[in-house]
Amino acid sequence: MIELREITKRFGDVLANDRVSLAVAPGTIHAIVGENGAGKSTAMRIAYGFYGADSGDIVVEGQARRFESPHDAIALGIGMVHQHFMLVEPMTVAENIVLGIEPGSAVALDLKRAEARIRALSDELGLAVDPARRIEDLSVGQQQRVELLKALYREARLLILDEPTAVLSPQATAEMFAILRRMREQGKTIVIVTHKLSEVLEISDEVTVMRDGRVVGQRRTAETSAAELARLMVGRDVLLRVVKPEAKPQAPVLAVRGLSLTLPDGEKRLDGVSFEVRAGEIVGVAGIEGNGQTELIEALAGLVERGAVSGVIELAGKDVTALSARGRRARGISHVPEDRHRRGLLLDFDLKENSILGADDRPPVAVGPLRFWLNLDAIRRKTEEILKAFDVRPPDPQLPARSLSGGNQQKLILGRELDLQPKLLLVAQPTRGVDIGGIEFIHRRLVELRDAGCALLLVSSELEEVTALADRLLVMRQGRIVGEVDPARTSMEEIGLLMTGGSAAA
Amino acid sequence: MKFLRELLFPLAAVVAAFAVGAVVILAVGDNPFSTYTLLIGSALTWPDGIGYTLFYATPLIFTGLAVAVAFRCGLLNIGAEGQLYIAAFMTAWVGIICAGWPAWLLVPLCFLTALLAGGFWGAVPGVLKARFGAHEVITTIMMNFIAVALASYFTQYHYKPQGDPILETVPIGEGAHIARLGRFIPGFPERIPLNLAFPLALLTCLLVYLFLWRTRWGYQIRATGANPAAALYGGIATGKQIVLAMSISGALAGLVAVNEVLGYRYRYYDGFSAGYGFTGIAVALLGRNHPVGVILASLLFGALLRGGLFVDIFTEHVSKDLVMVLQGIIILFVAAEALFRGISRRRVKNV
Amino acid sequence: MTIILILLASAVRQATPLLLAALGGLYSERSGVINIALEGLMLAGAFTAATVTHYSGNPWVGLAAGIAAGVLVALVHGVACIRFKADQVVSGTAINILFLGVPALLSGALFESTGATPQLPQGQLMPLAPIVLAFVLVPVTWYVLNRTPFGLRLRAVGENPEAADTAGVNVARVRFAAVMLSGALAAIGGAYLSIGQSSLFARNMTAGRGFIALAALIFGKWRPVQTMLACLLFGFAEALSIQMQGVSQIPVQFIQIAPYVLTIVVLAGFIGHSRAPRALGVPYQEKR
Repeated sequence: MIELREITKRFGDVLANDRVSLAVAPGTIHAIVGENGAGKSTAMRIAYGFYGADSGDIVVEGQARRFESPHDAIALGIGMVHQHFMLVEPMTVAENIVLGIEPGSAVALDLKRAEARIRALSDELGLAVDPARRIEDLSVGQQQRVELLKALYREARLLILDEPTAVLSPQATAEMFAILRRMREQGKTIVIVTHKLSEVLEISDEVTVMRDGRVVGQRRTAETSAAELARLMVGRDVLLRVVKPEAKPQAPVLAVRGLSLTLPDGEKRLDGVSFEVRAGEIVGVAGIEGNGQTELIEALAGLVERGAVSGVIELAGKDVTALSARGRRARGISHVPEDRHRRGLLLDFDLKENSILGADDRPPVAVGPLRFWLNLDAIRRKTEEILKAFDVRPPDPQLPARSLSGGNQQKLILGRELDLQPKLLLVAQPTRGVDIGGIEFIHRRLVELRDAGCALLLVSSELEEVTALADRLLVMRQGRIVGEVDPARTSMEEIGLLMTGGSAAA
Repeated sequence: MKFLRELLFPLAAVVAAFAVGAVVILAVGDNPFSTYTLLIGSALTWPDGIGYTLFYATPLIFTGLAVAVAFRCGLLNIGAEGQLYIAAFMTAWVGIICAGWPAWLLVPLCFLTALLAGGFWGAVPGVLKARFGAHEVITTIMMNFIAVALASYFTQYHYKPQGDPILETVPIGEGAHIARLGRFIPGFPERIPLNLAFPLALLTCLLVYLFLWRTRWGYQIRATGANPAAALYGGIATGKQIVLAMSISGALAGLVAVNEVLGYRYRYYDGFSAGYGFTGIAVALLGRNHPVGVILASLLFGALLRGGLFVDIFTEHVSKDLVMVLQGIIILFVAAEALFRGISRRRVKNV
Repeated sequence: MTIILILLASAVRQATPLLLAALGGLYSERSGVINIALEGLMLAGAFTAATVTHYSGNPWVGLAAGIAAGVLVALVHGVACIRFKADQVVSGTAINILFLGVPALLSGALFESTGATPQLPQGQLMPLAPIVLAFVLVPVTWYVLNRTPFGLRLRAVGENPEAADTAGVNVARVRFAAVMLSGALAAIGGAYLSIGQSSLFARNMTAGRGFIALAALIFGKWRPVQTMLACLLFGFAEALSIQMQGVSQIPVQFIQIAPYVLTIVVLAGFIGHSRAPRALGVPYQEKR
């Protein structure tokens, strides 16, 4: 149905696609797998006309095509559902779907006609979407179905889905797959871009594996296995589990009782959360993104900007609930934030000035009365130490933080936070956007930190990561802790059920 | 090497602005070449050209620093004009009220008044922004109008000499006068108003540099401006930084009073500012919000102000408003290229 | 009773330039481009309208010229912000500074004056048309925003330009259109000042109205009807201060600052940015 031949695409210094060639047979579900950064999304965005390839051809149903914009791809029946939804929140479903191809005339928009057609399409596939509702009032799963409808409304025959299950629970994923199968029965062709091998094996007919911008293998799904795909994805045999010694937990460091976060409009993002973290243990928090994990970390770090926090937070027996972010840092809480560009770094400042973020008020960094002056020598020395100890490359304190890769940035942040010798470390999404080597390094250091007596609270949306690292696992749903399990003895299915409360749609 | 590279783009903006200005000059019917020669030439003669250039550069250094410090915190302080007016009036007021006091007491007192008055006028929009999210561009502009009106009122109804048609106050006490540089430089006449405020301005640049890059408070201000979310994460109280930055900004703008009231007119003179507050924006942008850049840009604009007066008198059609026009064009070009350069450096990897 | 009617009539007259500029700002800001330059655009419109009316003897020609000037200047702002991704507030400020100087420069060349244009005779003024236009534009703007494809795209571009881009909407083109529209409307507002309300252009005659219009827009949550009400409020305050200047003992300066103080109070008392178009002020980098 569609073929990419020798597609090459460069972004600045980065070669995102290197002579990528793949072919998708019509009427099949084709998976494209690879790690984060393998080039899958880029290749598909080129196929959709969102990017222009530097060289190479796109062949649709036997004819070579040139895409100037998504318009051209849409005209040929190609539709794309993006990983990060492209929806305008305050507008309705219908308005979002017709954006760009508005029915009616230049002076009068005819939404009624559009709404009728959307309803028909929705009923046909069992999507249950109401075209008059506003996007901001819909759940994540429903929003994704709106994205699907956008493509179907434009009569797409080939649908490209970019990481469709990233934000879905296991149950919602199963429903999505049912929808995909129904579409395949209707004769549509589907391409899924994903990094989740289990899903590839479950739903796809054929799979293409990409690594470092190149295609490294193509298989019929029935003829391959998870191990083979993993090996192709990574290039070597992958250790699917972190090896860690038995934890030796001691006294509780963090005690949380009845922690709640209520937004101004009454919505409760955290609802009566209570748990403990002891020195020398890693407590993991699992759950679908958006169920309160972010808010939990922010409430513990003292970074809540909107809403009222109630409940008690105790650090080593002392109540810190009323303390500011700075106060908590002074008491020994360090934090590796989930969004390092937004929260964790001053991208245009150099590594020296980044290494003192959060630590600018203590000697030897700050000296003199009121700790007014910065000791530039001490700062430089500290930075060099952190860069060396945490293998940050290139180890030049003068470089702007922006110039480091994601993995090195994360190692810098980890080094900076650990340099403060915290009693409690809050870590969120520690290896997001980090390459395999960096992931192993960071996991090792976290376990070492635990064994040195620190208490760690780890939030991660990568279920494999959090089950491998945590000694105890808390599961969150809708702002509450709905269960505590021993990750070594609990199956993914059980955890998935806790994550979704065993109910149907997301 | 990096310094030279940083210099290149502002230089390009200035050259481009002069090119556009040449078109404007042609449009009103004059010769760009002779106009520009007059403009630059009259600023470089000795002693008058250079003397006046430095004299005009002095308030620009202060307002340029003011805007630069605010920019470093992510704020656009358009209110330097109002801040310097309030400071000038309050400084004159102290100089009048305490007219008999000796210099060693009165000069520091006036100096302090300038800082506090300007600082207060800057703190108000700062608080409004930190506490209520009120956009500082609008609030500072409103404060400008209010400042000018208040100073004008008090001058007109309370401190004007009897029968004087000009809107100005009575003179300040002798003790508040600060020396003109002509007293210290041989061959440099004291009729040129260049005074001790100029070396003060240079000293202030050094202090601002040390403050921003060598102190914790300066770091916190810059971090807030660079990334407020990260600053919060690092325990910085961004609201306080905003108020601090605006206060310092206002205080710096207020120091213009030292040059104007204590060193030149020895009274408050309604409408004395030749748009120093707005030019300060151009100075800060051109100078890349760095004290060294501010000094260089102030010299350029000081020269333009000086030359503008000559152009006004000695050309057929061009008036001194040409300088304002050049300013606006420079800001436009600098604003456009700053981001343009930033984008070409950053390449987003989209996978 | 007559005092009230006089005040109301005066309020409407004072509100008109604010409303025109604010509606212009509405189009621009709903599309995501901050337009601080309303003040400069009004000055451009005011000066051009007065000058061209003087030469042509016809206020409609003057108005058309004023609109053209506004569109041209807005285009400059647009190019700086949309094409070159300049900081929108800085670019707008540059334009304001420019228009403190350009009219004076040109009037010096044309009329040998320090900024004013020659006075126009009564017959060459248009005191009523802009008022009608301003208030008619309120429901028209509502309709355009909510019931036309252009309005839909404009709102989308202001909230989530990436979504609009992937839907095939040309973000830059929509924003340019919105910015030029804001230039046209603000210019009409300015033209009303010089050839409607008075009979000449005086240096800096807008006296901050462009910024007050912006405050009204924020107060009105970027919606047409609420913005109109906000402009009427400000217009009423100005009308009141004008009436009081003749009669009361209060020094003129205190009355003059009333609208400015009101603006600050409004901005402080009303947290507007939670309702602002989500992409307001953020230059959009096309991904292709």
